[in-house]
Amino acid sequence: MDFDLTEEQSILKDSLDRLLSEHYGFEERRRIMASPEGFSAAMWSRYAEMGLMALPFAEGDGGLGGTPVETMIVMEAFGRALALEPYLPTVVLGGALIRFGGSDAQRAELVPAVAEGALRLAFAQGERNSRFDLHHVETLAAKDGAGWRISGKKFVVIGGDSADRLFVTARTAGSVREEGGIGVFLVDAKAQGVSVRGYRTQDGQRAAEVTFDNVAVGADAAFGDPEGGLALARRAVDAGIAALCAEAVGAMGAMHALTVDYLKVRKQFGVPIGGFQVLQHKAVDMFVAIEQARSMALYATSVADSDDEAERAPAIHAAKAEIGRGGRLCGENAIQLHGGVGMTMEYAVGHYFKRVTMIDATFGDADHHLRALAARGGLFQAA
Amino acid sequence: MDLRYTPEELAFRDEVRAFLAENLPDDIRRRLVDGEHGNKEDLVAWSRILNARGWAVPHWPVKYGGTGWDPMRQYIFLEETQKWPAPQPLAFGVNMVGPVIYTFGSEAQKARYLPRIANLDDWWCQGFSEPGAGSDLASLRTRAVRDGDHYIVNGQKTWTTLAQYADWIFCLVRTDTDAKKQEGISFLLIDMKTPGIEVRPIVTIDGGREVNEVFLTDVRVPVENLVGQENKGWDYAKFLLGNERTNIARVGMSKQRIARIRELAALEMSGGRPLIEDERFREKLAAVEIELKALELTQLRVVAADARRGNTGRPDPASSILKIKGSEIQQATTHLLMQVMGPHALPYHDHELEGTNEPPIEPDYAASAAPSYFNYRKVSIYGGSNEIQKNIIAKAVLGF
Repeated sequence: MDFDLTEEQSILKDSLDRLLSEHYGFEERRRIMASPEGFSAAMWSRYAEMGLMALPFAEGDGGLGGTPVETMIVMEAFGRALALEPYLPTVVLGGALIRFGGSDAQRAELVPAVAEGALRLAFAQGERNSRFDLHHVETLAAKDGAGWRISGKKFVVIGGDSADRLFVTARTAGSVREEGGIGVFLVDAKAQGVSVRGYRTQDGQRAAEVTFDNVAVGADAAFGDPEGGLALARRAVDAGIAALCAEAVGAMGAMHALTVDYLKVRKQFGVPIGGFQVLQHKAVDMFVAIEQARSMALYATSVADSDDEAERAPAIHAAKAEIGRGGRLCGENAIQLHGGVGMTMEYAVGHYFKRVTMIDATFGDADHHLRALAARGGLFQAA
Repeated sequence: MDLRYTPEELAFRDEVRAFLAENLPDDIRRRLVDGEHGNKEDLVAWSRILNARGWAVPHWPVKYGGTGWDPMRQYIFLEETQKWPAPQPLAFGVNMVGPVIYTFGSEAQKARYLPRIANLDDWWCQGFSEPGAGSDLASLRTRAVRDGDHYIVNGQKTWTTLAQYADWIFCLVRTDTDAKKQEGISFLLIDMKTPGIEVRPIVTIDGGREVNEVFLTDVRVPVENLVGQENKGWDYAKFLLGNERTNIARVGMSKQRIARIRELAALEMSGGRPLIEDERFREKLAAVEIELKALELTQLRVVAADARRGNTGRPDPASSILKIKGSEIQQATTHLLMQVMGPHALPYHDHELEGTNEPPIEPDYAASAAPSYFNYRKVSIYGGSNEIQKNIIAKAVLGF
């Protein structure tokens, strides 16, 4: 076992941290969030120049051949900076759909464009009544000649309003909650019949409602088997969950650092409040939760690219449940230990709290994953 | 021993319910159900309706406009209005400065202020906390210096709730810098229109604008606006903070939120069926309900004790129990309500879009779920943080 980063990975981490500390201060982030796009095109270009967009793709396809560890490094840094760029939907989710589901021709077309930062993607999978179930698909894809016509409405599509193209899950056969009969299609966001209603999320990121009204797509729009796309969708979302776990760990670490600093400088009753043991212990509880979360983020990372569902799913469920629980503990204590100042928009800690809270509500909250893991029989089987 | 309400109490409860059904405008109730709080027009309208009925300040002495209800009836009234839900009275006037004025104020102050508090003609805010004086409130530094028949006040207050609407602020100010820190504080009533007062909003993490900073620069306050004696303000502040035993736990509000959770969990789907049919979800909700029932009975024991011996008005460690559990339950329910929404908790519903042609983001009832969860982190911070409440119990009850 080896928990150390390689030299290249350390360089990636250091250079990204440097870039973000120079260009992603609190005020800068606020300005970016208030812009119409809600993210920085300039930072997007810088990430592309650093090779972040090419990271997970195979070298043969025009990528850098990175592993999930590189994605973890990037997402943890984004979590520390509360970065707003749509890296998760484009490179992690979209990237996974391309890597795991794309034909040679599809990869040849898409990977270079994503790698150079010229193409943004999103994954439209959630629906009004799907909650966290990927197989709950009411959106229909009706056969139309060699292609399909897609109709339906997708909810909370992360990065949906800045995406040039949208991956969408749609039902080609079967009933609403059936696992079979689901296809994954790539649709141009500007195509006739696609309407995108973008909005800001509670944590300052962007998402959208996307309506597909009888949208015509060709035979080449399908990724993988158009009747057996659920496994692909699950792989992509699991990769996304592993990335979100890393992002949460970055955010939790940052809010813990802010909290400990505050406890050391804030004085009441003539002494720094960090001198009170009850507050020290809360800060310690946060620290322990972060170390546990970090371990589980590593666990998720270790399986993120696995095509073996039996290996991957339990680890992903366990990690997301632990991150949800620990993230809440960390966030709520960070606010409590700051007191009123933690409640203000002018201070960073509340923004970390909101991001971690929304990460829990993305791709399944702690309860959802706890239940899913329990239903599979847990993590430790009898020998 | 009998844990049931008496027939007379039940009849009173029905009377309150009938009054609410007949008199509370439905649009006001609707806004509260949707999680919209702090609407000035709604509160003013409702306060006037209550005052016309003589119910605006039930717990005040009858000669100042109170109802003469015993503590149990006061509690029933409070619980029913919270559950309905109806707007809750502006605590800064009705529960805080009002009782201070009728207990320690001059006859002139009583005549001038009390009727206007009951009718919400004057909107009051509270000038206690300062940037350097939070949990350690007695370290406050806002100065009031005597100049003839005025005090000249300089300093800064913070976390001043709804100061943007306020006509008056009651302030703790330092009038003696040489005395021990609790002993040099006075209690002043200040007209918000006085030159030298500036209110700046503090935007909270939910996007709300309910708290403010209040800056006081050479503010001239007539000496007649001093409550009670100079340098005795800390005693009045302790009276004010300890006076609030019944409203602190917010049992009725939590019951209302639990009803709302049930209602919305029946609309949100999980695993192909309504979330409310999900065993695990129901267990989580039941666990909170158990805590709330225990709190309600604890609250009623305090109310019954008050009824027996009369409200002494002195700080009581029971208040700390009610504050701790009440805030924990409010936070648990706001978290559960957010969880009901699942992924639909994510969209930020921009109020600036209201009245435009933009359709609301679906489902529109999810709009306040995450903001309420964020906002309710305040309840374990304000009014003496839960850590401070535990210190009070440790010292006053356990004898440490």
